[in-house]
Amino acid sequence: MDNYILKMENITKTYSNGIVANKNVDFSLKEGEIHALVGENGAGKTTLMQILFGMEKPSSGSIFLNGEELTLSSSKDAIRHGIGMVHQHFMLVESFTVAENIILGMEPKSGISINESEAVAYTKELGEKYNFEIDPNAITGMLPVGIKQKVEILKALARGAKILILDEPTAVLAPQETEQLFKELLYLKEQGHTIIFISHKIREVKRISNRVTIMRAGMCEGTFETADQTEQEISRKIVGFEINTELKKKETDLKEPRIRVNHIDYHDKENVSILKNVSFSVRGGMILGIAGIQGNGQVELIELITKGRKLMSGDIEINGQNIENLTMKQLRGTGFGYIPEDRVRQGIARAGTITENVISNEYNHKGFSRYGILLRKKCNHFAATQIKNYEIKCSGASHKVGMLSGGNMQKVVVARECDALPKVLIAEQPTRGVDLGAAHIIHKQLLRMRDEGCAILLVSADLNEIMKLSDAVIVIYEGEIVAYYPDISAVSEEQLGLCMLGIERHDEETIKGVI
Amino acid sequence: MGTLFSMIFTTDFFYSILRVTTPILFASMGAVVANLAGTPNIALEGIMLITAFIGMYVSFISTSAWIGLIAAVGAGMLAAGILAFFTLYYRTNVILGGIAINSLASGGTIFFLYLVASDKGTSISLASKVLPQINIPLIQDIPVLGRIISGHNLLTYLSILSVAVVYYTIKRTPLGLRMRAVGEKQEAAESVGINVIKTKAIAIIISGALAGFGGAFMSMGYVSWFSRDMVSGRGWIAIAAEAMGRTTALGTAVTSLLFGTADAFANSVSVLGWPADLVNTIPYCATLVGLFIFSVREYRKRQQ
Amino acid sequence: MSRERSFQILRTVVSMLIATLVAFVIIILVSETPMASIKTFIIGPFTSGRYLGNIVEVAIPLTFSGLAMAVLFQTSLFNLGAEGIFFLSGAIGSLVAIWVPLPAFIHPLVAILAGAIVGAVIMFIPGVLKAKFGASELVTSLMLNNILLGVGCYILNHVMRDASVSSLVSLKFSESALLSKLIPGTKVHTGLLIVIAAVVIIYIFLYKSKWGYELRMTGINTAFAKYSGINIVKVIILAHLIAGILAGTGGVVENLGMHKRFEWTALPGYGFDGAMIATLAGNNPIGVVGAALFVAYLRIGADLVNRFSDIPTEMISILQCVIILLVSAERFLYKYKQKWIEKEAR
Repeated sequence: MDNYILKMENITKTYSNGIVANKNVDFSLKEGEIHALVGENGAGKTTLMQILFGMEKPSSGSIFLNGEELTLSSSKDAIRHGIGMVHQHFMLVESFTVAENIILGMEPKSGISINESEAVAYTKELGEKYNFEIDPNAITGMLPVGIKQKVEILKALARGAKILILDEPTAVLAPQETEQLFKELLYLKEQGHTIIFISHKIREVKRISNRVTIMRAGMCEGTFETADQTEQEISRKIVGFEINTELKKKETDLKEPRIRVNHIDYHDKENVSILKNVSFSVRGGMILGIAGIQGNGQVELIELITKGRKLMSGDIEINGQNIENLTMKQLRGTGFGYIPEDRVRQGIARAGTITENVISNEYNHKGFSRYGILLRKKCNHFAATQIKNYEIKCSGASHKVGMLSGGNMQKVVVARECDALPKVLIAEQPTRGVDLGAAHIIHKQLLRMRDEGCAILLVSADLNEIMKLSDAVIVIYEGEIVAYYPDISAVSEEQLGLCMLGIERHDEETIKGVI
Repeated sequence: MGTLFSMIFTTDFFYSILRVTTPILFASMGAVVANLAGTPNIALEGIMLITAFIGMYVSFISTSAWIGLIAAVGAGMLAAGILAFFTLYYRTNVILGGIAINSLASGGTIFFLYLVASDKGTSISLASKVLPQINIPLIQDIPVLGRIISGHNLLTYLSILSVAVVYYTIKRTPLGLRMRAVGEKQEAAESVGINVIKTKAIAIIISGALAGFGGAFMSMGYVSWFSRDMVSGRGWIAIAAEAMGRTTALGTAVTSLLFGTADAFANSVSVLGWPADLVNTIPYCATLVGLFIFSVREYRKRQQ
Repeated sequence: MSRERSFQILRTVVSMLIATLVAFVIIILVSETPMASIKTFIIGPFTSGRYLGNIVEVAIPLTFSGLAMAVLFQTSLFNLGAEGIFFLSGAIGSLVAIWVPLPAFIHPLVAILAGAIVGAVIMFIPGVLKAKFGASELVTSLMLNNILLGVGCYILNHVMRDASVSSLVSLKFSESALLSKLIPGTKVHTGLLIVIAAVVIIYIFLYKSKWGYELRMTGINTAFAKYSGINIVKVIILAHLIAGILAGTGGVVENLGMHKRFEWTALPGYGFDGAMIATLAGNNPIGVVGAALFVAYLRIGADLVNRFSDIPTEMISILQCVIILLVSAERFLYKYKQKWIEKEAR
């Protein structure tokens, strides 16, 4: 008789903007197991665990812990029931010592002040109990990422967590640190803890988990014994096969290289390498796709290309000009469009109307303004045209963009960036969080741009999208280009998948071909 | 020039520095606490004015300075509580909330002043009480230093004590730890079950209490009456002092002292015959210059 | 009109009603004849042409100030320096009115121009400090207020004081500098035309021009503005300059329209009122006119009540506080808003 200590039944979570993050998901946990929860970004794994940890409330469904139904109104409740979570982005106060972070909220007192020596002693004991080597007096902000993670785990254990949820714990670790973590997890398992391990790294899942639950597009694809699955089988279930909405790609004349990235090296504050010797070029009339699982340096690379960060070494040329000396306005002036990954933070002005959002690249040009005055009719007409062409569901051009659904918001961004007919277009996760219909419209537009001679750099964690749109593909893994396929039609998804997971790589000669 | 120097380097001058720094110090400590928890209190100026009035009035009707003091501090906490309610719960913009309370203070105090004293300018007609001056035995006999340190109003000594209290609370108590967590990384505090809104509200109310001491000093120590707009921007100077003191108790105490010095200087030179109107702007010019230097430095640092 | 907008208006109206109720409470508590006082408060301002004129007269400087704050608020800048600029520009304009001999039509215009330029130059300081160095424009502007008060008082005391009069006032303005009366039976002056022109210009600027567009987008989302290529530094400084011009103009217009000498010995309070008016108006120039008229109406009402029953006019400040707190409280009446708006999104 299997000993299930946790059952989540029929969990559905719909957000107020219409996105269904979890749909009728069932999840069960056996005592003392290490259970992996896998799936791509946006598959719904984090949402499911946030529900378990009390940070989100399910729209419907129930949770049973040791047979008893739970209603969790906050993480405080979850902690009380012995559930602890270590988030992907650490929730530590950088300026505190390790001990202070551990005892926060349950401070040992002597009189009215915190008993510091007791806090330090407690932390030390805790570390020893679980075989973690930590210095209670170290300043958290100065610690390497691997140690910070240990502190996060200890934080959960200190509050009595029997079930430990780890969200993408190895995403930020170097290989040796990962080994360390696994040793500790196995030790914890021996001590009677149960662990849920969210990850997209299949190799690790195979190594350490007893069972694995696979999620895709908000739904549960099934729960399996890890030993019974091969890596390929797991990756196929993660990525899934879909009936593709057909898109025809024309033959085009390739123009001169419009995007040139040369020998980019980039590292973060703690000198951890984020990008290593990245070089490639994109010609007019082609789409170069960058395939890769999130967190392998794509975000930083795009930020460097779009002047969101300062270059450290190497240089970037757009439309023949070195971008280091250009202002954003000048860069856009060369014929540069950018569909950002975070549309809410950067791509739109939420309180603005559709018209105001859609003219932000062109309001300075003839036809849109004369002698400094915006030509109302022209702007509204422009907005109305975009609304029609992109089938934006709204109540008109004066609809506030912040009130649109994710897909429609993205259509506004794409409409704006593409209409100026840029010579270069950077598309970053262009259909993330976007419904299928809107995604199809956006894809059609991107292909249209390509056919007209635009050089498009496409970054996406969605393999389907990469395969549908790109002419050539490079795969990025841990900040390096590990593969280059000049002709996408000659590649299979599985091939790409293996490179994305770092299992296979091309030799240097082949990779040089993309420059 | 000679007269200027002979005025500055006197024990009287240094004594006056400590005296005029008192309200700024209280308010800036309040600013430190509020800012630390991530909820800057823009209403300190208004709260000081309100509490100056309340202190004066309650001491009048109760014929006790102590009861007046308690009422002032209580009023400060109440006003801060209203600010906290609107900014934390109703999501009023923090700055607009501050403007609202300040409006209430500048007009409201004159409104009630007229009602109770039939005078829109000052409350001199009312026999309000004053908090005692303290001559510290032994210390008062030390040459030079004694004249500077001893003989101050009780609240002046309390203001110096408040620096220690704020410092200690922030660094050593659980409340201080939690406020720091809430101000630096809210999610970290939430992840261990701390009630963020409650903690922020406590911080705002504490800052209101400290401002209350500052206001009480104005009408019951600095002078013995309430007059319109008597806080004259000290609340704003306190906020600037806190920004330059990098939200630390000790750093802010130092910057407050600097501005207090500018204030004392302005007071002293007024007898030299320099035009009073311009002399009175010295503390504000000093603050402006201080902020300028500070901002440029921060800018340069960010560029690296 | 979208439901969001209707809701904003609803919340504003409810806030105004609550403020009026608070006024009632104060009157009832303080006045010996509460019912008569309330009647005076509500209806009094409408009972004579002169009082109606008073509302317009008071609304003029409030509108200038409200416009200045609306421009700043639309850029998400919280600069309260309009207060000090009103004062100093008024003093500078007075200097021109007293001593610079000019023919009748030109004289006030030159004085106003002087005030506007002074306003712009002064506002440049917190503008640059904020745009380039990120210094809090709130604190720098408030310090400036006090500094300008000192400078203005100095000018009054030592440069343009009329020693022959016992109270602290300046020499008389030349006749040619005064703004002529517009509506007989009232003190409404040609400054009304100037302020109406200002409202129209600012409205066109904010909503129809490309610089106004840049300014508003910067205020809504600075990251978005930067990413669109908008020069944030220029926008912040421009907003400050415009606000300075408006506040400076307002200061001079008020002096030359309603006074014969410069009489302010303290900050007149228009700057802070402007913040409230802009908030009430949703930062829209046309709304500013309405809000200014409303606040002026409250002022005149309080004035009348004061004459007949000894309630200090400062009661207005209490109402002001209530209005600002409620109008800008996003979650005020939130539950109702949720239900109403979400019905539309379905």
